[in-house]
Amino acid sequence: MEKHNYGTAILAGFEYLLEKYPEVFVIGQGLWSPWYVGNSMTDLDKKFGVERIIDTPVSESACTGAAVGASLAGMKPIVVHPRMDFMIYAMDAVVNQAAKWSHMLGGQAHPGVTIRSIINRGGEQGAQHSQALHAWFAHIPGLRVVMPSTVSDARDLLIASVLCPDPVMFIDDRWLYDQEDELLPVKEISLIEQKPLISEAGTDITIVSSGHTSLLSRKAGTILKNLNISAEIIDIRVLNPFYVDDIVSSVEKTKNLLVVDSGTLSAGFSAEIIAKVVERLPIGILESRPVRLALPDAPAPTSRVLEKDYYLHEEDVVK
Amino acid sequence: MKSQLAGLSDPTKFHEPVCVDNINTNTLKKMLKSMIIIRKTEQQLALARKEGLIGGPVHLGAGQEAIAVGISESLQSSDRVFGAHRSHSHLLALNPNFYKLFAEVLGKETGFSKGMGGSMHLFDQSSGFYGSVPIVAGTVSLAVGAAMAAKMQDTNNIGVAYIGDGAVEEGVVHESFNLAKVHNAPTLFVIENNLFASHMHISLRQPSNLISRFAIANEIPYKLVDGNDVCAIHNAAKEQIIDMRNGDGPRLIELVTYRHYGHVDWRDDVDVGVDRSLDDIENWKARDPIHRLSKSMVKKGCWSLDEEDEYKKQVDIDITLAWDKAMNDPYPSGNATLDYVYSDNQKEMT
Repeated sequence: MEKHNYGTAILAGFEYLLEKYPEVFVIGQGLWSPWYVGNSMTDLDKKFGVERIIDTPVSESACTGAAVGASLAGMKPIVVHPRMDFMIYAMDAVVNQAAKWSHMLGGQAHPGVTIRSIINRGGEQGAQHSQALHAWFAHIPGLRVVMPSTVSDARDLLIASVLCPDPVMFIDDRWLYDQEDELLPVKEISLIEQKPLISEAGTDITIVSSGHTSLLSRKAGTILKNLNISAEIIDIRVLNPFYVDDIVSSVEKTKNLLVVDSGTLSAGFSAEIIAKVVERLPIGILESRPVRLALPDAPAPTSRVLEKDYYLHEEDVVK
Repeated sequence: MKSQLAGLSDPTKFHEPVCVDNINTNTLKKMLKSMIIIRKTEQQLALARKEGLIGGPVHLGAGQEAIAVGISESLQSSDRVFGAHRSHSHLLALNPNFYKLFAEVLGKETGFSKGMGGSMHLFDQSSGFYGSVPIVAGTVSLAVGAAMAAKMQDTNNIGVAYIGDGAVEEGVVHESFNLAKVHNAPTLFVIENNLFASHMHISLRQPSNLISRFAIANEIPYKLVDGNDVCAIHNAAKEQIIDMRNGDGPRLIELVTYRHYGHVDWRDDVDVGVDRSLDDIENWKARDPIHRLSKSMVKKGCWSLDEEDEYKKQVDIDITLAWDKAMNDPYPSGNATLDYVYSDNQKEMT
């Protein structure tokens, strides 16, 4: 067993991939001075060389496109966007190219690129250093979307994403980095087979979330337990393609559903979860209306007073 | 706008036969035949589109064949070639299988992209054609990445990006030039400057009609060449590609040319909202790359008009047979829409 936090678990994932697979390389801004990414990429350039850990000009679009092109040529690239907001410059490479080449070329092209983008917010950084846009990407057929919320998933889903022949949007969140856990040696898993994880079994309510809100939900579950409420906590892990069957079974049992999402509310992923569950539930099962908890329909404010109200806390989930 | 293209944008010039010195007869014949095949393939597509037999848009490059043919003469099947919306010639110059192109344009499962792409999304990796897409400039950065991969894989392969004069108005092209240069990625940027974007002449879109100025800005060695002279293109590209295979980083080649048809489909004088001058079109047709090469070869004594007639007749017969075959081929199965989304052919899991 090895002691890790979320950040060093990602680092361990990178090291495993770079040691074992010569076709893996990493490209993005700041990789030789990785202060934006916590401790998740420390010294990779020194260990694996600057030819494989490629620091780049300030060109999100071309660098992401280059990674897509390299993947078509048999490489397994990982693009790193230390803040998701800046990745919007690279939307064509992600949405029009990576996600569509397999389909529009008859399944003959495999852009097996992994795009690691980080949700990096709070600390009075304001509206353009804060967004959680996973719902956008989950709307794109052909693009797998992964949001690890635990230390073990941080490592193991990164490895699974890179080894998957399809393009993957791997989204981690700086607010998850303090978690600690002990990890077993790496055992490769297939991303295609990954389903939502029931982090905590319960009988009174099903709470569904992903990424940082899964951490909040787990914390809230502990508080609820002390209040004698038994919550079943489900961590989605893979948002696209979205496997919903286990969530439906859970709600059939608990008869109550709360969805917690780190994006803004309207047209967000929380709506997709409720829609897919309700469509499949027998009529009359629910004891209460499904509830979703997400960010207000506003950009992130800068001032710390407003910021505190804007983001979700475990107390919000408990309420 | 002042022209900086050394007279190449004036369609009344450069009508004379091309210089065939220092190119062997086999290569000359191969390039001429390749251009004839591409021209006739596209004429067939124009006709079929006009007759309503093709459902989707076709962006024809008739008149521009010399570029892909001249470049491809120095390419190997392990190179990584990327195209755009007008890429029939880019593919056919590597693999002249017009039957598979017809099938693809007709949306048949026997096509280059199994009937999933049509004219604008072509694939033939075994010949080096990695793919073409209609998002303007959408593949330029991909070509740079494929070239970076070629270096990491310790090969002498190169990436090739076909780019129009309109595409250089997209920001990602400039990011790509810069990235290729600073990472010494062996990418050949092939600029097909046909003076028109879909909707506007270059004089209304840029302060200069010389696209090579962006090569200068990025310290990428470049050449400006008559895009309707296949021999000049072949000679220039050959030299550039040798340097690239020797590890000397990216190159840019700008070819000035003109398309016989409008931006899309079979009409010759109409673009998207732009009327091209019929006089200009006639003059450009007099700068025809096939005719100019053929004349030189006849003069050199290595080709005759009888041979040419014979060859064209045979190509016509082959094209008719291929077209009829493609018309009768099956469409993709109903599952194809979901099957090709992910590599494991999985449908939505729920």
